[in-house]
Amino acid sequence: MISKLPLTQNINAARDPVSLDDYQANHGYAAARKAVHQMTPAECLKVVQDSGLRGRGGAGFPTGMKWSFVPMENVSEGHKYLICNADEMEPGTFKDRLLMECDPHQLIEGMILSAWTIQADVAYIFIRHEYHLASKLLQEAIDACYAKGYLGKDIFGSGFNLELYVHSSAGRYICGEETALISSLEGKRANPRAKPPFPQVSGLWGRPTIVNNVETLCNITHILRNGADWYKTLGRGEDHGTKLFGVSGRVNNPGCWELPMGTPIRELIEHHAGGMQAGYKLRGFLPGGASTDFLVEEHLDLAMDYDVIGKAGSRLGTGTMIILDDKTCPVGMTKNLVAFFAQESCGFCTPCRDGLPWSAQVLDDLETGNGIPADLNTLQNQVRFIGAIGNTHCALAPGAMEPLASAMKYFADDFQAHIDGKACPYSTAISSASESAGVN
Amino acid sequence: MNQPIEKNSSSSKARSISPILTAAELAEIDHEISHAPTRSAVAIDALKIVQKHHRWVSDERLKGLADYLDMSTAELDGIATFYSLIYRKPVGEKVISLCDSVTCWIKGYAQLEQHISRQLGVGLGQTTADNRYTFLPTPCLGACDRAPVMMVGEDTHLDLTEDKINQILAIKGGQEQ
Repeated sequence: MISKLPLTQNINAARDPVSLDDYQANHGYAAARKAVHQMTPAECLKVVQDSGLRGRGGAGFPTGMKWSFVPMENVSEGHKYLICNADEMEPGTFKDRLLMECDPHQLIEGMILSAWTIQADVAYIFIRHEYHLASKLLQEAIDACYAKGYLGKDIFGSGFNLELYVHSSAGRYICGEETALISSLEGKRANPRAKPPFPQVSGLWGRPTIVNNVETLCNITHILRNGADWYKTLGRGEDHGTKLFGVSGRVNNPGCWELPMGTPIRELIEHHAGGMQAGYKLRGFLPGGASTDFLVEEHLDLAMDYDVIGKAGSRLGTGTMIILDDKTCPVGMTKNLVAFFAQESCGFCTPCRDGLPWSAQVLDDLETGNGIPADLNTLQNQVRFIGAIGNTHCALAPGAMEPLASAMKYFADDFQAHIDGKACPYSTAISSASESAGVN
Repeated sequence: MNQPIEKNSSSSKARSISPILTAAELAEIDHEISHAPTRSAVAIDALKIVQKHHRWVSDERLKGLADYLDMSTAELDGIATFYSLIYRKPVGEKVISLCDSVTCWIKGYAQLEQHISRQLGVGLGQTTADNRYTFLPTPCLGACDRAPVMMVGEDTHLDLTEDKINQILAIKGGQEQ
């Protein structure tokens, strides 16, 4: 019986991470062994394309299509690179940590399969510095694979070579942007690059490079183990497969669960996360991390599929939801989000470097009772100019405007109340909520 | 990316090895260089190695490292100051990194920040007089289901309360005395 929740089938938080022996006892590395011996890269690519897998890092770009742009014939001599983006830093996101800390071999097998498909001979796991445990467990798992001949020269006796390194980063959210990540891996400041050329053609050291999120690569293991047709049976809606979904904020049971794509939001928040804590009501939520637009109660019955959430005016993003309750100030929360993006701008493009701190300042004025009516117009203009795709090299600044634009739409009365009352109406509520932080 | 790729091995330019970098540091840096296409490619790894040994990266060590990696001091400093986890000022024995991102903010970041400041007598960005702790904010630590969250050194602490923080900092202090 093949698990219907493949990504977490080996994961049991109550015990040690899955060892190489345990992993192999449950079909581990069978798909990698089979692929390098019996499948051509083109055949593997076809399976991934047919599966309909969309990138789990936040953008939801079809993985098979991304890979299809990697040149496979008449490639000049040199390396091709596969990079696992394990720089999980989107505020509110805590899913890749689980996959790496509990089942590192699932990720490594996904990377072997992906490297074979694009014929990469060098791979990196770019992991954020703070994930010390994940880093250590991955390195131990990689060492075990080298010892068995699953990594290195002539893996599984197939003649295929793959070196895999763990690179621990030195901070900065922008490193999660794929071209910034490549700059950082080259030892430089993590400035995103203008596209084209795209990394698939000219990435790390100017060579063909694929960057995929941890969860995306973990999916590859199961897609190539069980096939595209099986994978398509896993979703409940229009997207295929399963995904790690999470909830944080004032719910009874915050956490992270693997659920079929297309599961209704309400089921995640009310059933898995146990609904709102006593004394708190749901006012809104960010469906997939800090850079996604707020949604509200009327959206609770939407299916968690990329295009469904997109049509509702937000993004599924990383699938980890942050709940805004009725005792937390929406303006204050938006200020926290925008201030984060202002701080994390790499500083290269003017709208981002100079625009985001301006937005954060205006929101701070509102929150501290120093707002004026014209501030709302200023914020709307900022949303229009900073939020426009194409005014900046990467999506950091437009992403920062998503929660701001949607907060002004859904919580307009709150913005107005800050100006009219020359104070944050939640001040009392916030300080009492803070005081109760000790018991929550 | 249009720059020609230099060779890994020692170029014609004589490389001065500043005595400020220890043999242990150089061995670790050389290991990184062994699988990198250029010496400067390991800049971030090398800064982290130096910092691991000295807790921060001083001007002297930055210059020694820049020479060793065939880079200008200014270029390496541009990299060092870009990354938030490379410290260019001295820090205490342990860095307290309190998450100030959205879920932790909702769950009481502001109060915990004030609590730690009061307990240690330092504000964000400062080091205690006994040099034990440096107190810094950090973006999301990826444990939002257990917010509020902080790290002390390499240890992550979840579900923070004022009492729990008192315990963590007192226990850590006790061990170090």
